[in-house]
Amino acid sequence: MTIAIIVIVAIVLIGIVVAVMYNSLVTLNQQSSEAFSDIKVQLKRRYDLIPNLVSAVKGYAKHESTVFKEVTEAREKALGATGVAETAKSDGDFQKTMKSLFAVAEAYPDLKASENFQKLQDELTDTEDKIQAARRFYNGVVRDFNTKRTTFPTNILAGSLGFKEDKEFYAVDESEAKAIEKPVDVKF
Amino acid sequence: MAFVSGLIYLLVYLYAGGSNSVFYGGLIGALVYVLISYYSGSKMALAVNQAKEIQKKDNPRLYRIVENLAITEGLPTPKVYIMDDPAPNAFATGRDPRHSAVCVTTGLLDIMDDKELQGVMAHELGHIKNYDVRVSMIAFALTVVISLLADIMLRLTFFSDRDNNNNQAALILGLIAAVLAPLVATFIQLAISRRREYLADATGALATRYPEGLASALEKIGKAGSAIKHQNSSTAHLFFANPLKKGMIAGLFSTHPPIEDRVARLRQMGNHA
Repeated sequence: MTIAIIVIVAIVLIGIVVAVMYNSLVTLNQQSSEAFSDIKVQLKRRYDLIPNLVSAVKGYAKHESTVFKEVTEAREKALGATGVAETAKSDGDFQKTMKSLFAVAEAYPDLKASENFQKLQDELTDTEDKIQAARRFYNGVVRDFNTKRTTFPTNILAGSLGFKEDKEFYAVDESEAKAIEKPVDVKF
Repeated sequence: MAFVSGLIYLLVYLYAGGSNSVFYGGLIGALVYVLISYYSGSKMALAVNQAKEIQKKDNPRLYRIVENLAITEGLPTPKVYIMDDPAPNAFATGRDPRHSAVCVTTGLLDIMDDKELQGVMAHELGHIKNYDVRVSMIAFALTVVISLLADIMLRLTFFSDRDNNNNQAALILGLIAAVLAPLVATFIQLAISRRREYLADATGALATRYPEGLASALEKIGKAGSAIKHQNSSTAHLFFANPLKKGMIAGLFSTHPPIEDRVARLRQMGNHA
């Protein structure tokens, strides 16, 4: 009789442990989906600012058509990106075109001094900060999920509970992206 | 907080004239007070310090910093307030992230550069994220309960052991324990408060990935002095640095750890990578 009770208690305890593990993995999984959506929200904000920015620069530098074409194409591609890796890649590629656009703007001091352009630059800097914040949060959640999935004791059951792989971090090649960091950078 | 609760207790005691219902009266009074301050505490803290709410356009620098940090931490953006005081300081209130607010002094906005301001706001958001207001409410409620229990024990020992000489020693020990219990509980409450300050520092450093910002902000505050014009001990523990003048509390009684310790711990974080 007592053995039966012990077995039942053991099963219930194991059941509770498994439930807790499963729930924590599910929670982190959901949080990472939400965090990725947040990144996309901030990215959309940035891409929405671009048409105004391009037309402001066009007002002073009509003939730089290659740059405008590159920016517009990169933007289209980025808006259509799905999934973490594709979004991160299109993010990085877009930032490279931004560098070219701001390099063009450097050559036109009237443009740089115009209130409209400065306001756009200001907004763009804030948007870049927000994108970075969203990326940090997403990567933090992914780190927590991957850690939970691979550490003892959750790692024993993670595979059989349906969490077979680590999530990928949102990694952007930022070596070329420094163009947008400092808005009013007057060099003589 | 402790003062007002004690006052309620005292009033109920005097009114009821010392019978047993006093304890229930005192207990209920204190718990009602705790509930009220839990739900409207942030409004009180803001009103007491004469804080004014701002929108993004009123002070975009501050608002953006708070907003971006909230995104990094995965919290909803708290309401942002400014209070007029030359001393650099800030506090956060709110029982949970959805009902939270941060407030900074005009002195803080003037003295700090962007990285330091970010560090301070990250610390405050850390308090919100760690539910520190709730923690200190619970700690305070426990202090009240312990004080009342000690009081009850005191009276029980008086009434039951007058005729039994063997229990004199136990009676005296009981007396000492009963008198000391509320004091010890208060010490523990303050120690918890100091611990949570370190935790908020760490959370803030993690959010900004830049503990040096917070460290240099603390150093600046240490030099400038964080005592604000409106001295009010009930909201003291909510502030970034000790808002009370040096004379009032120190050491064991302090709600904040010493600034040098906080700076040292933050600088060490950077070195471990």
